[in-house]
Amino acid sequence: MIFKVFDKKELKKLFDVLSSDNSIVGPVEIGADRNDQPIYAFSLVSDFNNIKLNYSTTKLPAKKFFLPFKEDLATFTIKEHGWQKNVDYNIDRPYIFFGLHACDINALNKLDKVLMGSTYPMPYYAAKRKNMFIVGIDCAPQPYCFCRSMGSDTVLHGFDMFLTDIGEEYFAEILSDTAYNFLKKINTRDPVEADHFLYMKSVSEKNKKFTAHVDTTDLTKILDMEFQSEVWKHWGQQCLACGTCSNVCPTCYCYGVEETVDINLKSARKTKSLYSCNLIDFAEVAGGHNFRPEQHIRLKYRYYHKHRGFVEAYEESLCVGCGRCGESCLAGIRVPEVIASVRRQED
Amino acid sequence: MDTHLKFTDIKTEGRQKSHRRDDFEAFEFTYKSEITNIHQLTEMENLYRIQILDPEERKRFTFQPGQFLMLELPGIGEAPFSISSPPSRHGDVELCIRKAGNLTNFLAKISRGTHVGIRGPFGTNFPMEKMHSQNIFLIAGGLGLAPLRSAIAYAQDNRSRFNNVEIIYGAKDPSQLLFTYQYDTWQADDINLNIIVEKTDPSWKGPVGLITKILEEIFSKKDDDFFKNTYAIVCGPPVMFKFVCNMLGQKDIPMQKMFVSLERRMHCGMGKCCRCNVGSTYTCLKGPVFDYWSVMNLKEAI
Ligand SMILES: Cc1cc2nc3c(=O)[nH]c(=O)nc-3n(C[C@H](O)[C@H](O)[C@H](O)COP(=O)(O)OP(=O)(O)OC[C@H]3O[C@@H](n4cnc5c(N)ncnc54)[C@H](O)[C@@H]3O)c2cc1C
Ligand code: SF4
Ligand code: SF4
Ligand code: FES
Repeated sequence: MIFKVFDKKELKKLFDVLSSDNSIVGPVEIGADRNDQPIYAFSLVSDFNNIKLNYSTTKLPAKKFFLPFKEDLATFTIKEHGWQKNVDYNIDRPYIFFGLHACDINALNKLDKVLMGSTYPMPYYAAKRKNMFIVGIDCAPQPYCFCRSMGSDTVLHGFDMFLTDIGEEYFAEILSDTAYNFLKKINTRDPVEADHFLYMKSVSEKNKKFTAHVDTTDLTKILDMEFQSEVWKHWGQQCLACGTCSNVCPTCYCYGVEETVDINLKSARKTKSLYSCNLIDFAEVAGGHNFRPEQHIRLKYRYYHKHRGFVEAYEESLCVGCGRCGESCLAGIRVPEVIASVRRQED
Repeated sequence: MDTHLKFTDIKTEGRQKSHRRDDFEAFEFTYKSEITNIHQLTEMENLYRIQILDPEERKRFTFQPGQFLMLELPGIGEAPFSISSPPSRHGDVELCIRKAGNLTNFLAKISRGTHVGIRGPFGTNFPMEKMHSQNIFLIAGGLGLAPLRSAIAYAQDNRSRFNNVEIIYGAKDPSQLLFTYQYDTWQADDINLNIIVEKTDPSWKGPVGLITKILEEIFSKKDDDFFKNTYAIVCGPPVMFKFVCNMLGQKDIPMQKMFVSLERRMHCGMGKCCRCNVGSTYTCLKGPVFDYWSVMNLKEAI
């Protein structure tokens, strides 16, 4: 691993170098909430002054750039006799993601496992993922962040460059040749002992700021044991089955497919839309039978998939602890509280 | 140095893999096919004969009994169906389809010659080779006969490799019996056929009742030795296979020698959309055929 240190003023220069020739996606402020707190979103940016690198968390993950909420899997040209299927992966250029937090990069790494690392890799995702140049940035834990419990507060791979604020300067971790070459465009230096010290200090200070936690010890087994637990009914009664939690989740990828004929009757399309396992008809089949008719069963399924099933398959959870779902849920259903209640740890 | 990032085009990246399943192109790959014939079996079910158009691709298309494919009608929809024809016929498949919703009702209205797309084959299969030199019970309830018919055809094609082959089939009433025109050929290949209907009509001369009733009769005629060397495939609604598998269990047939096929909502067939999950198991990848032991261990399976 290669480390560099550079003055904070150099970052604008790096941004300008990168943006002169490429499309950049980064955190920007799009308004304020009721408490006058800024609302952030990932969006295309061309001006360094618009990017908010000290952002808390975006309401929505960066998902729309690699798992769009709606996307055509194929289009069909309909002819007199028969049809022609045309497949496009819906991307034509690389994107630079400037300022992703560790949790969101970890979310990508988890998605990589299911969507690229398994049989039938998904080209729509892969094509976009392979065209992502990622500049990660450190963050300040918010009251709802429990990434540290999920092992997602630091990230080991899946990015090109990661920046940590060490006071006057940034401490840069460089993982790709491309990133190394970009850094040649600005003034950098090799870190010295004192920089290592500053880095470690910044990390340990961050660690002290976490207030939300989830106890994941033996969680797969406990979830297995508590499959029939009454607590699921309790949470199910609050849940509105709106699907917001999946929408805002950086690791939720489930979907539905629909085909439609275009108005000219000469073409048709096969469209994939992200879905949510909390929506009522998620597991309903033709004829009306629903394998998960009740809210609590669907809510439970979402937790089981993330905290048990995925762990069994990949030895890690499908939740990075970003807290977005809890913050967006109108019913106030939050992961740390749900897991604590299953473990009978509520205070 | 150039600061322009290079676009990686995975379409031309040329991942030269021999295994289609690992290929990016495999994801939306469709075999262009034609519906060569439509045979009305009952009021609700039609048998569609579908042929992959390209002769080379047709030959290369291989599957095992119990596997399914995704049938696509551009602009209308795509859905999973069990392959109901003999594996020896490759990409000239038959699907027995019940009118149930959007796509299936539309299919009932089209005529032969229509071009459709098929993807697959997907999922696990009945391990026919493991069952060689054993007795087999092929037990179907209702539409469950559709996937079972492929296993029956395998047994016919390889008749010398099995001992006793016993079909036990239950339907609601005589008008709903599927593949009636084939019963003679099955019996001609020394396959015992036992049919029972829940509700009778004047034309019906056979037994009336639930499938468990006819099973009891058959069981009473077999000795312990028979059950020691017996495999079972059970296709039908969950209530039915639960009862049937319990009965088979009482005869000491190990759960690992009983196979069932699960049905769940599916939108991809490739372990991506998550719609088919049972607990956290993908029915489309780890199933649809499971041994009964695995089913017992799946949360929310039955
Ligand atoms: C492994 C497997 C094998 C099957 N084999 C057969 C068969 O041999 N014959 C037969 O008649 N039916 C079979 N089915 C059921 C068949 O898939 C449904 O009847 C079909 O999806 C209904 O589609 P529709 O568009 O008409 O219904 P709609 O209700 O309009 O459904 C819309 C979409 O939802 C999904 N969906 C709805 N119901 C089901 C369901 N039961 N299973 C899976 N996806 C569903 C499909 O993607 C479908 O296109 C099988 C299902 C599975 C999972
Ligand atoms: S948990 Fe909250 S966000 Fe998720 S579906 Fe229920 S009410 Fe909506
Ligand atoms: S489940 Fe909630 S906390 Fe976990 S990754 Fe998804 S949105 Fe973040
Ligand atoms: S059908 Fe999509 S994951 Fe199984």
